[in-house]
Amino acid sequence: MNPTPRPLSLSLSLVLATSLFACAPQPQQPDTAGARQRVTIFGAFVEEDARRFEASMRPFEEQTGIQVEYEGSGDFETLITVRMEGGDPPDIIAFPQPGLMVEYAREGRLVDLGEVLDSQQLSQGYRSFWLDLGTVDDTLVGVWYRASVKSLVWYPVPQFEEAGYEIPETWDELLALSDQIVADGGTPWCIGIESSGATGWVGTDWIEDILLRTSGPEVYDQWVSNEIPFNDPRVKEAFEKMGEIWLNPDYVLGGTVGILTTPFGDAANPMFEEPPGCYLHRQASFLPVFLPPEVEPGRDIDFFYLPPINPEHGRPVMGAGDVMSMVNDRPEVRQVMEYLTTAEAGRAWAEAGGFLSPHNDADLDWYPDDLTRAQAELLRDADTFRFDGSDMMPGAVGTGTFWTGIVDYLSGRDLDTVLLEIQRSWPQD
Amino acid sequence: MQGASTAEESSLLDSQPARILRPILGLTAIFAAFGWSTGFMRDPNAPAWQLLLVALAIGVLGVWTLFFLANDLVSRFPRLWAERIRPYIFVGPGLLLLFAYLVFPTVQTLYLSFLDARSQRWVGWQNYQFAFTDRTMLIAFRNNLLWLVLVTGISVSLGLLIAVLVDRVRWEPLAKSLIFLPMAISFVGASVIWRFMYAFQPPGRPQIGLLNAIWTGLGGNPIGWLQTQPLNTFALIVIMIWLQTGFCMVILSAAVKSVPSELLEAARIDGANEIEIFFQVIIPYVSKTVMTVATTVVILVLKVFDIVYVMTSGQFGTEVIANRMYSEMFRFRHFGRGSALAVILLIAVLPVMIGNIRSWRRAQ
Repeated sequence: MNPTPRPLSLSLSLVLATSLFACAPQPQQPDTAGARQRVTIFGAFVEEDARRFEASMRPFEEQTGIQVEYEGSGDFETLITVRMEGGDPPDIIAFPQPGLMVEYAREGRLVDLGEVLDSQQLSQGYRSFWLDLGTVDDTLVGVWYRASVKSLVWYPVPQFEEAGYEIPETWDELLALSDQIVADGGTPWCIGIESSGATGWVGTDWIEDILLRTSGPEVYDQWVSNEIPFNDPRVKEAFEKMGEIWLNPDYVLGGTVGILTTPFGDAANPMFEEPPGCYLHRQASFLPVFLPPEVEPGRDIDFFYLPPINPEHGRPVMGAGDVMSMVNDRPEVRQVMEYLTTAEAGRAWAEAGGFLSPHNDADLDWYPDDLTRAQAELLRDADTFRFDGSDMMPGAVGTGTFWTGIVDYLSGRDLDTVLLEIQRSWPQD
Repeated sequence: MQGASTAEESSLLDSQPARILRPILGLTAIFAAFGWSTGFMRDPNAPAWQLLLVALAIGVLGVWTLFFLANDLVSRFPRLWAERIRPYIFVGPGLLLLFAYLVFPTVQTLYLSFLDARSQRWVGWQNYQFAFTDRTMLIAFRNNLLWLVLVTGISVSLGLLIAVLVDRVRWEPLAKSLIFLPMAISFVGASVIWRFMYAFQPPGRPQIGLLNAIWTGLGGNPIGWLQTQPLNTFALIVIMIWLQTGFCMVILSAAVKSVPSELLEAARIDGANEIEIFFQVIIPYVSKTVMTVATTVVILVLKVFDIVYVMTSGQFGTEVIANRMYSEMFRFRHFGRGSALAVILLIAVLPVMIGNIRSWRRAQ
């Protein structure tokens, strides 16, 4: 009569229940001896960068037995949002920019590192601007792990020297050099801002570098925090200064259409043609990653510091980096955080290349080539250092209207309208 | 069975209370195991093989046992009640999942769309006001409309035309599979392919993009296909048409084949030419299929996201609603606006979906 095999169901459920309870320790239970402790880190470095990061963590893993599991994604912002909202946060987040870190800190999701790390050791290890950049509302929530320098102009060394050009020391000299190249029948600049969804960010870097040079770091800070609006005359001046180069069809390979449609990674390639398609290319320290394999950095291509405009603001350096924040407070996570604040934590990566340490104790000898060493020195000797402003603004502006504003300005829209529209998009709280 | 059951009844284990108690205990154990497993799965220090084992045990065995036990319990009820309750035992989990994954998120989204960026403060209709007044949003609505009209119109017409034309040729299967082929490519994959079609290099340099290579070969200046407005929106629409025409063709071809040959012969005898037959016999005959195919394409187009995201991410005036929703949610972290856009999209799809379901029902 009864269709259900009752003894079967009973034994099934019993077997299931017992096997489940038997096969593993309770989650809340402290770890049994011998089990490896694991700390998860989620960040934005992928592929070769991720391998180099993992290599830098290996000495720590061997020393402590704590297993550091790094997971990286090019879609960092999306995935970290999904993981945080979904209640599955990593132990440590490696933010590629502090904007999101500030938001999470204000929402109370990040651990106060002042209580975890030794403040004296921190102030010895980092110059104060790095600590300030990791501090939100007087609470330290992030420590800097990697730095990059953006205020660089790259040039093809043999062709540059053959033409008899000299490295400019001031903005006017830079423009004079550009004119000279035009007079010699060449094209001075290669600029490309195409980066699919992120098209426009290259332009924001230019604006930031220029604003630091025309109006100084105080105005820059006020601009980043929207204490002075986007349509302020000083910001407008920075756009116009950029326009002196960008909107001059003689200066730029391919003109404005070329700027808009050339992928930023390919933009420097015409430098190595015969004769060179261009002689100057402003891009961050990561440029060599995108160069053709036959080009040897240091021999075929070198950089100079983007010259100052207003001498009273000195030689400011604009840059970026990766900042580490702690989400879950467990003893082993604390240990990893402590390790990350030492220069040693970046050594393997620095030696492999593609890494600048923000740490005072990082040895210049670690860097594999003169090019990286020169960047590290530039960073060390900077009068002022400022972080990439668009990365610190709210996402709607920094990764939204600021980017489209650059595109609109290039496409010929009226500058006042462009700036007003960016200002209007600033979130009101 | 009957003979055996009389013998069993004597045992204590099989007494009436035990027979009811057993499934209840079993169910309690199962739910306890479910609860415990959710905790276990989140344990960062659990080895992967244990997680796998638990997931398998819970997911496969657990669900089976749950159904067995629940059914067992229901069988203890008086027969009339058991028959009434049983369907719900089997449909129940499905309904519960439907509620958890469909109804609840929808209501939640509706609620969030009235809150601010961080979902903390009530802002009323502000997010919707933004959606209908912001400049890029207006562009997004315009573009979505363009996509709707052009993709649906062109891919359905082309599909029908090809279906009719190809019906008469000997190499029909080959032609159809060639046109159907893009259907097998994901939207993202197709976008990557078309990036090479539209690639741009400054004038005077070798063009790696097919279109610009042809165009400069004919003596023109290279065109920034994805950057020049409003050309870029049409360039993106072409990709979707390329992807969808095959789908329309296959379904419409089946419909065209079902047109009775007597009807066509009668029309020919009456003196109709092929064009008249196409418009006055074939189209009326397959009109219901055309409607179904069109509504399917409409729903797909309303949700268009991948192509725009990969090619331009909504820059240069190519924004569409779904892409903007993603940007608001994940790039700008404005949950209120993102939710509002999701609701708008849902409302836009709703009438088409209802129409589609109705026509399916009528067809059945």
